[in-house]
Parts: sequence; structure tokens; C-alpha cells
Amino acid sequence: MAIDKRVATAAEALAGVKDGAVVMVSGFAGAGFPNVLLEALRDAGPKGLTLVANSATHPYSLTHTLIEAGMVTKVIASAARGRGRELSPFEELWRDGKIELECLPQGNFSERIRAGGAGIPAFYTPVAYGTELGKGREVREFKGRPCILEEAITGDLALIRGDVGDRFGNVRFRYAQMNFGLAMATACTTTVAEVREATATAIPPEDVQVPSVYVNYVVPVGGEA
Amino acid sequence: MSALNRNQMAWRAAQDLADGSVVNLGLGMPVLVSNYITADRDIFLQSENGILGVGPEADEAHQDRNLVDAGSRRVTLQEGASIVDSVASFAMIRGGHIDVTILGAFEVATNGDLANWDANVPAKGPLVGGAMDLAVGANGVWILMQHNTRDGAPRLLEACNLPLTAPACVTRIYTDIAVVDLTPDGFLVREILAGISSEELKSRTGAPTTIAEDCKPLKAPEIAA
Repeated sequence: MAIDKRVATAAEALAGVKDGAVVMVSGFAGAGFPNVLLEALRDAGPKGLTLVANSATHPYSLTHTLIEAGMVTKVIASAARGRGRELSPFEELWRDGKIELECLPQGNFSERIRAGGAGIPAFYTPVAYGTELGKGREVREFKGRPCILEEAITGDLALIRGDVGDRFGNVRFRYAQMNFGLAMATACTTTVAEVREATATAIPPEDVQVPSVYVNYVVPVGGEA
Repeated sequence: MSALNRNQMAWRAAQDLADGSVVNLGLGMPVLVSNYITADRDIFLQSENGILGVGPEADEAHQDRNLVDAGSRRVTLQEGASIVDSVASFAMIRGGHIDVTILGAFEVATNGDLANWDANVPAKGPLVGGAMDLAVGANGVWILMQHNTRDGAPRLLEACNLPLTAPACVTRIYTDIAVVDLTPDGFLVREILAGISSEELKSRTGAPTTIAEDCKPLKAPEIAA
């Protein structure tokens, strides 16, 4: 039977998400947010999720709607500050101790996810050494420079946004849409890619940015190029 | 001459960037530096979301929601630009491939310690983004900030009071009244605004400060605030 990872709806792709899942969500600075998948996940309603997303509060991402719906118990992010002086829904939950937050430098965040997808259990880095975000980490010196041990992050489900996906599961991005998409796809058991266009013909090999092996479902959602 | 405004400070820092260098500009005042870098200088601006070669902001007719910089500005690309994912972008930053990063700051200590990510605002969520990665990974870490707080307190200190971004990383500081290098012997003043005496500068600085023998007047053209 010919491979075809394309599915018609986000709901179909997300039918098996369980309570307590670790869910990675791509997107940064307004590009690459899988907002159709996030809406579908909110409707599916699993509880006790751990979200791995660069920002817990980015105004263009619907990540915050999962938090507001009470579906999230922990967030791993490099940014969790709402705009302005008013507290965001995330900040209110965090202040009240109802949600756990692990904040880490964006480079440690992306490298821990990469490590998770590459079979590397942990690595040392000087970034965050000597700061509040490096507290409690094992320290070791390399070439006279103190470094902290950072452990890999893996997940159950990656939600990413691409421009084009083919029936094999290959994905290509538009401009800065890629950001965390590739790393998150490698680090999760199941990856769902929402794309502007899903094609029967294969993306030319040299244009593939997420190889098919990492992608389980491709959901065409339209939208502007 | 009155103290430099933000645009004049940005202009002053831009004069010291070497032609052909790779530079990352932090959010806020540092991004203004890009207004004073002309195309003929072949400076490549790197942005944490994966772009090497950020051009000017896009006009309305040429905006693309997926072509953004790390500050969510819709931008253009300069000739020779490239786009990679977050993992490769942070490898570029953390691997020592960025010549200079220009960052804002709350405080800098005489040993180069930097505090620029957490102002200890109660209940607001943390936001570190790429600040720690840039402070540790870039070869030159230049700070663009007011010499004193609104209350007149010094920002150049013996030791930082606020949480550190990274220890011993700052190499140069551009303020509204001075240009200061970080040396093994502490703060070394390279330029002072005309009309400010060495004694006044020292009194507005919170740590022992040396005036360079060849200290020059700090100058900038008239630019609207």
C-alpha cells in the first residue's frame, strides 16, 4: 500500500493524545505556530499536559488557550512573561502555584530538544552557569570554563507548522517558519505537521527540511503563503 | 552638549562595528543600531530565530508573516542571507561565530558581570530568551544603556544586585554620557561627553573608574530622539 500520511482534519491526527502527555509546540516570533492543531488539541481536551514551547504567552500563538483551559500542569519555556503590567492567565496560575514552570535559555532549550532527538542523554554548556537558571545543575570544568549539565528533553507529541508537506511526511518551511520544528519532530514519538498545502507529489529531496521519518501525520490547513 | 538620546547612542555604537562583521542586536534600544549601518559595510545581522542577514523592516507591500526577526518585526533579507532552524542558529551563537552582540542592560559590574534579563518584578513571569546564550557565546558583548537609572543610581557597579545573565562577559559599554571598556583593572573610560568632568563621571559610576590617557569627547550628530 502506498504511503500516505496526509489526513483530512487535525482532530483525526490528534485522536490518540493521552492525559499527561508531553507536547512540544513549535513557533517563535510570530512564525511557525501550529494554531489549527492547538485549537483541535484544546477541543480534544486531554489533561495534565506538559507543554514544551519557546513562549508560554506569545500573543500570536494559541498555546495559551491550552493553559487557560486548565489542561496544562507544567511548561518548559524560555519566555513566560505576558505583555504589559497586567498578569497573563499563565502568570496568574504560576503565581498561585497551579502550574509548574521550567524557564531556560533559548539555546539550552533548543539544544536539549535536539539532544533528545539525537540519542544524547545530556550535555555540558557554559550557558546559565553562575545564574539562577543554572542553580541545582551538576557543574564540571572544561578547559578552565565551568559548565552545567543539561539533560535531553523528549516528548510524546510534536505539533509543528510547515508550508508544504508531501504524502511521505516530508515537510518544507517558508522563511523563518522552521525555528523549533525540526528539532521537536526528532524528539517526539509522534509528530503532526499542519501545512498550508499537502501534496501527493514528493518535495524535491534537497528542499526537504524535516525528513519523512520524523513525521506521522500531515494536515493541510490552507492559509496564506 | 546634552546627553545623547537613544538614537545617538545607537549611532555611536554602530561606528565601532567592523565592516564585514556578524552582529546580533538585542531587543529594544540595540535594534536601533541597524538604522545606522549602511549596506556598503557588508555587516551581517543575525537574529536568534535563524536568520543570518536581516535587512531593513519590510514596507506594507512586501511583508510576509513568516519573514520575521526574533523581535517579531516583519523584515527583509539582505543579499547573501541564509535561514536555518533554532538549533543551528544557537549553535552559531554559542559556538563563537558571532563577532559582536549589542544588548541592553540593567546593571554591569566591574568584572564584566551582566544583569539584563530579570528586573525582579513580582509575579511577572520570567523571560530569558537568547540573552544568556548571546552573553556567553558572542566574541564581543557590548552594552547600550543609560549611565544611571531614572532615580540617578549608577548602573555600572562593583557587583550586580539583580540576577545575572552571565558572569564576566561584557567587553564595552556605550551610555548617554560615556564609552567605557571593561579591562582586568576595571572600568576604563574611553570617551566622555563634553561638559562632564572626570569627577562628575566618577560620581555617577558605582565602582572605581579610570579615565584613559587618550580619553576623547563623546560625539554624535544631531538625530531626533
